[in-house]
Amino acid sequence: MANVLVFIDNPGQALKKSSLELLTIARSLGETAVAVNGELSDDAAGTLGAYGAASIFRPAAADLDDYLVAPKAAFLAAVADKSGATTVLLENSPEGKEIAARLGIRLSAGVITDVIAVDADGTAHKSVLAGSYTTTAKATTPVTVLSVKANSVDPEPAAAPVTPETVTVDAPADATAAAARITSREQKVASGRPDLTDARIVVAGGRGLDGDFGPVEELADALGAAVGASRAATDAGWISHDAQVGQTGKTVSPQLYISAGISGAIQQKAGMQTAKVIVAVNKDAESPVFEIADFGIVGDLFQVLPQATEEIKKRKG
Amino acid sequence: MKIVVLVKHVPDAQFDRHLSGEGHTTDRDESILSELDEYALEAALQLAEARGGAKAGNKVIALSMGPAGAVNAIKKSLQIGATEGVHLTDGALAGSDAAATSLALAAAVRHLGADAPVDLVLTGMASTDGETSLVPAQLAERLGLPQVTFASSLDVDGGRVTARRDADTHSETVEASLPAVVSVTDQINEPRYPNFKGIIAAKRKSITTLSLADIGVDSSQVGHAGSWTRVTAAEERPPRTAGTIITDEGDAGIKLVDFLAAQKLL
Repeated sequence: MANVLVFIDNPGQALKKSSLELLTIARSLGETAVAVNGELSDDAAGTLGAYGAASIFRPAAADLDDYLVAPKAAFLAAVADKSGATTVLLENSPEGKEIAARLGIRLSAGVITDVIAVDADGTAHKSVLAGSYTTTAKATTPVTVLSVKANSVDPEPAAAPVTPETVTVDAPADATAAAARITSREQKVASGRPDLTDARIVVAGGRGLDGDFGPVEELADALGAAVGASRAATDAGWISHDAQVGQTGKTVSPQLYISAGISGAIQQKAGMQTAKVIVAVNKDAESPVFEIADFGIVGDLFQVLPQATEEIKKRKG
Repeated sequence: MKIVVLVKHVPDAQFDRHLSGEGHTTDRDESILSELDEYALEAALQLAEARGGAKAGNKVIALSMGPAGAVNAIKKSLQIGATEGVHLTDGALAGSDAAATSLALAAAVRHLGADAPVDLVLTGMASTDGETSLVPAQLAERLGLPQVTFASSLDVDGGRVTARRDADTHSETVEASLPAVVSVTDQINEPRYPNFKGIIAAKRKSITTLSLADIGVDSSQVGHAGSWTRVTAAEERPPRTAGTIITDEGDAGIKLVDFLAAQKLL
């Protein structure tokens, strides 16, 4: 019987790095089962085996994507019952956290979000109050539900690949009854850049860009990074609200955060505090961002950023 | 319409925030109405006003759970325009995690719906202290209601709520029947400020205090006893210290790349 269950929602053609991280953590906790919603390509199924998933549970109904959250939580609760999982791991996206929330009530299980590491006994580590504290927390219930932040571990395949068995699970009949239905969905134009929440590197711009995100985008592309923005920049309409990092936007914890033209008011600092390395470029030497930057440049970002972009391109040859 | 807006008093993020006590709970001195709840309140007021406001029997009830100080979040909500306030307060609630909080709030919402049903529960997308976003979804699950979360626009018509949501890769329109639990983002509106008239009017509005006994919840179901998670340790993170700061002398871009290379980040 598997004791760890990983939920992967619509894996697509190849598993995302964050999914591989969940599978890597799961293996350190016990025998792994995976619940997959949506299409599962042969490649993705093969990767699940390579990462040690002993069984794959799939929903009998295909319409879970037509509803918000509730039916996915109901399906996952049914899988947790069937597989006997004592730990359920989900990604820490807004939807992942909400599925975790409802699943927790269905299973009478404690839910811990924003987890960055899990000990073998299920103790979870996270940082709270915008990175000002690190805490350890544990569920007091027989089942634990954890949503784990991206970039928490390096993904590693299992020592020996397995061939998972596939099991179909019926979600409870009432799963869609009390759920909001998605009546239309429009795909956004893909930027080709990594997701802000998952990205290993983030280049973020603020008020100092004066409406021109060009230098930030070019540096981001040279580094294979995601583009972020301060609230001032999104409120000014220079870039979509999706890019907002900070208290009312996205909390990111990349390996590298480059802040350009952002003064670093407390809410902005909150969004970047847990980045491993912070670089700041700002004209104003008094900017609070320099108090937390590992490498700070007092200078004109319209000179510094393009020069850095050129230099990176030259070195990558 | 009868709308319940969940308002939380949270430590002001402009200052240092602290965890304290055996349960490592958030220190709530210097607390304010959570900024993200103002958008939910504004959305509720707009829905009520579009239907003739309080005169036409529309109610916007600001509900807050928490110790004595939480009443300040309710008072501010009344000044902004909520028609009445409800303060759920009981010593046994201290240290409640999201599961225990949602249990108590679900019981409070049921209690408030005893005379006339609640049509809508509105919340912010997250609190600015816990930041977990768990409570709206858990409240919906406990009440057996649809949840419409992260709404960036909201429309209620003929017993249905329609909302727009923006995700990273797509935007979507969602629809649910009332009653429903709806959480809204900071993109949905521009919250109003309390004006002089509102501040005077708020003095005449009532705040009902509810205890656990009033809503039929046993003290063992909430607080530390009723929580399904426990914070076992908390450590204040050492403040980040400033690293190397240089002033651009025409080659800062190259020095930046040198730094990235030295950190193996290229």
